[in-house]
Amino acid sequence: MMEKERSGVAGLKIKRALIHIVLILLTIICLLPFYILLINSTRNHVDIQKGFSILPGKAFLKNFQNLMSNPNLPVLRGIFNSFIVASGSAVLTTYFSSLTAYAIHAYDFKGKKTIFTFILMIMMVPTQVSALGFVDLMRDMNLTNNFIPLIAPSIAAPVVFFFMKQYMESALPIEIVEAGRIDGAHEFRAFNTIVLPIMKPAIAVQAIFAFTSSWNNYFIPSLILDKKDMKTLPILIAQLRSADFLKFDMGQVYMMIAISIFPVMIVYFLVSKSIVQGVALGSVKG
Amino acid sequence: MIKKKTSCIKYTKWGYIFLIPFFLVYTVFSLIPLISTFYNSFFENYMSGLTQVGPNFVGLANYNGLFENTNLLKFTQNTLIMWLMGFIPQICVSLLLAAWFTNIRLKIRGKQFFKVIIYMPNLIMAAAFSMLFFAIFSDIGPINDLLMRLGILDEPFRFLSSVGGTRGLVALMNFLMWFGNTTILLMAGMMGIDVSLFEAAEVDGAKAFEIFRMITMPLLRPIFIYVLITSLIGGIQMFDVPQILTNGSGSPNNSSMTLIMYLNKHLYSKNYGMAGALSVILFICTAVLSLLIYFKFTKKEN
Repeated sequence: MMEKERSGVAGLKIKRALIHIVLILLTIICLLPFYILLINSTRNHVDIQKGFSILPGKAFLKNFQNLMSNPNLPVLRGIFNSFIVASGSAVLTTYFSSLTAYAIHAYDFKGKKTIFTFILMIMMVPTQVSALGFVDLMRDMNLTNNFIPLIAPSIAAPVVFFFMKQYMESALPIEIVEAGRIDGAHEFRAFNTIVLPIMKPAIAVQAIFAFTSSWNNYFIPSLILDKKDMKTLPILIAQLRSADFLKFDMGQVYMMIAISIFPVMIVYFLVSKSIVQGVALGSVKG
Repeated sequence: MIKKKTSCIKYTKWGYIFLIPFFLVYTVFSLIPLISTFYNSFFENYMSGLTQVGPNFVGLANYNGLFENTNLLKFTQNTLIMWLMGFIPQICVSLLLAAWFTNIRLKIRGKQFFKVIIYMPNLIMAAAFSMLFFAIFSDIGPINDLLMRLGILDEPFRFLSSVGGTRGLVALMNFLMWFGNTTILLMAGMMGIDVSLFEAAEVDGAKAFEIFRMITMPLLRPIFIYVLITSLIGGIQMFDVPQILTNGSGSPNNSSMTLIMYLNKHLYSKNYGMAGALSVILFICTAVLSLLIYFKFTKKEN
């Protein structure tokens, strides 16, 4: 018995060691592309062509300046555009999804169940399948090369709504709302002054998700924006990809990718804990 | 009593009012476009050179055209193959990781750190990630250089000229972007399983693999199905990664052209009839898959 237990302990130790090796390998696979990106964004074109390097070069600022002064790629403008679209979407989607969730959570009215089911049903409809009608309608409304078609639709976001609804069920007892009513708070003001502060943690997580998904979005923006000054970062990346590669400065290419990726990555690492928790929370309970 | 009732009615009104923004925006930006997409699919409407043909009502001719052309079948195959090439390793690795992370006896160090790292690629811009892979996997890129220096390759492997190489890169990116997400979902499912079940099985002398197969897997089934179907729906929408990697060409020889890339092509060439028909087909596929999830979960509640 003793011996068996001892061999069991030894087996567990070997197993643990193996598991940690696998985990470290996966971490390397996940991080290697971004490490190469970081290193190569600091090297000049000639060095990059020589191949892989572990150590950074000295051309970081030079690459940055070259990219910023590249007449074909309005990168600064792209960062600005992406930022406006992404933050606009994040603000609208969190506020209005909370409002929609609050309507379903706090009020009893006819057809509530049907409405809730309807919102769940439309959750899975991909934006791509209505893209044709969307682009056509925006053209008729003279909204191409405009940010409104990229920001406003985030008001109706079933996934964010669902998350907010789940959160309200655990964090917003109806008594709090009723107490506000006794104090004479107007319904809309009660939502803004009592409900929203309670929703802060959920809003923070969803704001980050909404910001990144809008920041990363390529399909719809590429159909709506074609004016040089209106393009967002993903469209500029696609433009870079279609450029003649042999003539291109790879230092600038890596710098362009770095600018698109690293800001999101830094914000993620700062708040990663609540994000990772939010992923599990937002899923349908099994 | 009466007073309470009137106040209740007064509040009810606000439920409807608060729903107005959602439904207004949904109608303008999603519902009307969806209906108009369906409507367009029954019309012949495209540019032939500089002349506009149509719109003329043609019934189901666009659908016939799509099904008669072998492209639809080929692009569906491409999409499914690339999805499977990413999904199979993804679900295997995620199951393993989730089982390890939720096993208290393994005492894995830095669990939180690993979770943060493996989820990270999910938030990366797919277009930029794909551009990065295009750069580092190019013929003279750092990966080929690294593999040659390590003695794994004798000469550069031309990833983007080979069917397997291109599809493999797309699958690898999809894998990297989604296995962390899947791991976290499966972990949430595993942590919901009553610990006493495991203890009872251990007392009965069950081995680790038996416990996994007989207890964890059956109880994990609902979340497993959820992951499978949402991933398939996501797979059907695959666009950014292969589009940027192949510059929209689906090269080599259309072997990495996905359904949405095909749709995008029709949208750019303003072939609205075909784009509409393709959208409707994609809509029906995702709707069927979504209904599967919906019934799976509502059935369980009853």
